[in-house]
Amino acid sequence: MHGYAGRILHVDLTTGKAHVEPLNGEYARKYIGGIGLGIRLLLDQSEPGVDPFSPENPLILTTGPISGTMWPTGGNGHAFVSKSPQSFGVGESKAHGSFGTELKRAGYDAVIFKGKAEKLVYVWIDDDSVQLLDASQLKGKSPAETEDAIKEELGDYYIRVASIGPAGEKLARLACVINEKTRAAGRTGMGAVMGSKNLKAIAVRGTLDITVAKPEEFMEFVKEFHERMKGPATHKYRTLGTAANVLVHNSLACMPTRNYNNASFEGAEKVSGENLNERFVAKIIGCSSCAMRCEHMCVVPEGPYKGTMTRMEYETLWAMGPYCGVDRLDAIIKGMDLCNYYGIDAIGAGVIAGFAMDCYEKGILTEKDLEGIDARFGNHEAMVQLIEKIGTREGIGDILAEGVKIAGEKIGKGAEKLAQHIKGVEVTGYDLRTLKTAALGFAVSFRGADHNRHGAYSFDVKGKVNRFIVEKGRGKLVKDMEDQYTIVDSLIVCKFSRGTYYKEFEDMAKLYNLVTGVEMTAEDLRQAGERINNVARLFNIREGLGRKDDTLPYKVMHLPVPDEGPSKGAYVTQKELDFLLDDYYETRGWTKEGKPTKEKLKELGMNDLIPIVEAKTGPREKAGEE
Amino acid sequence: MVKIHERKFVSADPEKCVGCQVCEYICSLTKEQAFNPLKSRIRVVRINQLINLAVTCRLCEDPPCVAACPRDALTQSEETGVIMVDEDKCNGCGWCIEACDYGAIMLHPENKVVFICDLCQEQGEPQCVKWCPEEALDLVTSDVLAQKARITAVKKLFQEALKTAPVAP
Repeated sequence: MHGYAGRILHVDLTTGKAHVEPLNGEYARKYIGGIGLGIRLLLDQSEPGVDPFSPENPLILTTGPISGTMWPTGGNGHAFVSKSPQSFGVGESKAHGSFGTELKRAGYDAVIFKGKAEKLVYVWIDDDSVQLLDASQLKGKSPAETEDAIKEELGDYYIRVASIGPAGEKLARLACVINEKTRAAGRTGMGAVMGSKNLKAIAVRGTLDITVAKPEEFMEFVKEFHERMKGPATHKYRTLGTAANVLVHNSLACMPTRNYNNASFEGAEKVSGENLNERFVAKIIGCSSCAMRCEHMCVVPEGPYKGTMTRMEYETLWAMGPYCGVDRLDAIIKGMDLCNYYGIDAIGAGVIAGFAMDCYEKGILTEKDLEGIDARFGNHEAMVQLIEKIGTREGIGDILAEGVKIAGEKIGKGAEKLAQHIKGVEVTGYDLRTLKTAALGFAVSFRGADHNRHGAYSFDVKGKVNRFIVEKGRGKLVKDMEDQYTIVDSLIVCKFSRGTYYKEFEDMAKLYNLVTGVEMTAEDLRQAGERINNVARLFNIREGLGRKDDTLPYKVMHLPVPDEGPSKGAYVTQKELDFLLDDYYETRGWTKEGKPTKEKLKELGMNDLIPIVEAKTGPREKAGEE
Repeated sequence: MVKIHERKFVSADPEKCVGCQVCEYICSLTKEQAFNPLKSRIRVVRINQLINLAVTCRLCEDPPCVAACPRDALTQSEETGVIMVDEDKCNGCGWCIEACDYGAIMLHPENKVVFICDLCQEQGEPQCVKWCPEEALDLVTSDVLAQKARITAVKKLFQEALKTAPVAP
């Protein structure tokens, strides 16, 4: 089969031994690759109830069938999958750049890390040769420093490195894995799992050829997509970038501001994408094989943060900006750079900083608790200092680095209600009180609060539905988007390119066929997307998550939007949420409790996983009986 | 022999190049029927996120690679200026690689002989130039490069002049 390398690498960090097993062809067809294959392998490779930080929790790194080809945006992705130390359910996060291409050329569809190294190590995958090397000299280094040091040590400047920063080493639950200095597999704490294994970095060199099943037709299709990528579907990403959302969301009053105390920000103009591009964007660069290029590299030209250089996107800008009440782009860029330095999810870090500020303003945290930080909303210095605290785990940062949910519980005194998260994962830049299709998507997302599991916000933001009401049919909108998004993340093509697949599943199935030579219809691929959402749900059910966890942050359900304007008074009631969940579960063919039915699993060819939904007590006790 | 002023080579515009490696992919596909940057005649260098440039053979006058080859495996085409490799003579010793100031000569990972950009003679035009999404690559002579640089410089001067002239500090 073309496209796939056909091999899975197992690395046992406890013993230092590695071995290769062939990729199960049925898994490839059913779960495609990327997060789909990763989640299925996670289910197989872990025991129920496994502690995310234990050596037994596998950290799974995958490529997709398209990785390593010239497919625009699709050539370059990789994904990390594990049990999340934030949600205690599915953790998964993707990143692009060039790392995934290298891993595919080294000949692997997936790498499964288990065990725990005795001391800090990095793994050096040089085609077939796999070694654990001492990383004691890399302790405390940022991902960028680590990457440079490893290239120097191995004497090859073209190898690719994905690594954790100091926060990952210290098991900050929002730690991420960063490749090529600014590309992060950011969400759900994959860097913390890596840290728990004493694994500092993964360095890869791959020399193998990548070929596709139908090269001529494939190149015709590439050419067509190069053209599509110059068109309207990607215009936003190539010009202002996602930061264009600031003014759009602000005008709709759907931009969570000051830890969800407001839904619009008076300083929005100052932190707009327009302003960012005019004053800070120095160059827009591209990932390997991409014909689009979106990575807005910003440089601060003057002032206290002069010389800071990093990539900016809407989500991270929002989190450290409006969500903290901060209206200074230079400080936001500095905050982003610090997140990259320490290796923490910049969305989560901004949300936690905003949470700490809310606690401070409400007297739950004092200046003494914060060691002198005057954490008023809008104090840009305080925002930067809080991010530093989280990254180093010093002082209050030790608690904050646990993520907003656990931090809220530890701080107590009502802080729990100020912690805006779903399933332990921090919220993102869409005010769910005012976007009710998105609210459903966020509530049911298998990796916790997230806009990238469904993109359901687009119906609300673009006015395709009445965003302030709930009604039958929202469940189907979310389901259809979820099924498509899981395929995007399993082929691993870039989300920013999703609009170029004019015929959606049909285009994606054609791509899959041309690369792999395996005939797959649009319906087959749609069903694979549905299957992957079900397998993720099954993992979460096995780990004890269910309807009770498909919920919304406290303020979304209890604090109506106070701002004058279109969103005034909006919030989501329990009744509305229940209505949405019922509609969604029914559309999915799940029970009222949100469990896939036996019939649904049979329909999707997942008979082997039926024991999970039949289990009454211990999740996996009946496994193997059928 | 083609005069140096008429000799065309592939050059990347540092203002436009974003480091996407599309040139590497199309080169290896064209020449080796596979996607593999290690087999590309053009390679991308990213010093940091702001500094990206694709580099390939510049068809030098009196090319040091040709002079360095102890086995006379390299010759420069009189017609085009392209450096040609006699694969029977080349034993992969790497003297030419060392002699090239631009890192434009690579050792083939399997055949163990060197390979160099030949401007896609068979295809009639360099495929990297054709495929570059940014139009950052160009097949140019040194003269044209100099012209372009002059125009850019003058434009910049004018920009500054326009910016500063009407507004008093």
